[in-house]
Amino acid sequence: MDDASTRTLPAAGGAAPPRRSAGGGLHRFANPGRFLRLSGRILPWLTGVALAVLAVGLPWALVFSPADWQQGETVRLLYIHVPMAWLAMGGYLGLAIGSAIALVWRHPLVDLACRELSPVGAAVTALCLATGSLWGKPMWGTWWVWDARLTSVLVLFFLWLGHAALVRAFDDAERGARMGAILALIGVVNLPVVKFSVDWWNTLHQPASVTRISAPAMHVDILYPLLACALGFTLAFAALVLARTRAAVMERRIRALQVAAARRADARGAGA
Amino acid sequence: MTLHWMHVAAGYALVLGGFGALAIGAALRHRAARTTLARLDPRAVRRGGA
Repeated sequence: MDDASTRTLPAAGGAAPPRRSAGGGLHRFANPGRFLRLSGRILPWLTGVALAVLAVGLPWALVFSPADWQQGETVRLLYIHVPMAWLAMGGYLGLAIGSAIALVWRHPLVDLACRELSPVGAAVTALCLATGSLWGKPMWGTWWVWDARLTSVLVLFFLWLGHAALVRAFDDAERGARMGAILALIGVVNLPVVKFSVDWWNTLHQPASVTRISAPAMHVDILYPLLACALGFTLAFAALVLARTRAAVMERRIRALQVAAARRADARGAGA
Repeated sequence: MTLHWMHVAAGYALVLGGFGALAIGAALRHRAARTTLARLDPRAVRRGGA
């Protein structure tokens, strides 16, 4: 049992008052019972809305949107590649913000959420690289180039993997979370490199076409299904992280209960 | 099926398969934790804490 879980987890059920500290109101949400009740209500709705949006967005992208005059049918890969890229970067920004909160306020639920976020973030970054590669072969004639954008996204993938491995590498979970948080905050310098690599260097990867200051450089027939897919995958990503965090909170409570039961058994054995 | 469509199909299969695998993994883990917690602390589960 680690310090982080004993600090806020009640022995049997989640009714303990929240700990008051420098974090102020934030610590109201450190109560695992409250988190489980709230997330238990949100999760089915989040999952349902994600599936509904994807049920609209994916057929729109695959069937009803037009083929591109230059790229042909391969343009349909962008409807999954771009959301994965946005999630990889946005998710990492979320990880960095969560890590800062966890370091400053020692918020154990944020620690757990960061721990559960990084494998999902690594998965979407891997999917971003794989779908980009599948798009690159017919369009560029190669699966991979050591282009600034591709290389910086590969570095982002290693940062996600590194965080996932580091937080699990320590027997003391709180120490692992702290090390992971430091890595996440150091790694955040890679985000502007990913974003602006296409402007700073002469890359094979095309420059931004949706998130331009002036206006998106694509027709609405492509832009709208892209935004629908991005919204659907973002909601699915959030639902996945929430479900994993719920499972992790329950697993910590299980460990706390098992440790308490073992201590009671030891005490009975010593008294007999 | 053209080469372009093969790449598109592989991309969608990867993404949907990846998200599906993560969702199944999370659901199985969640169910196992809930079952164990219900055995160890039935009152907490009845209160809606799991």
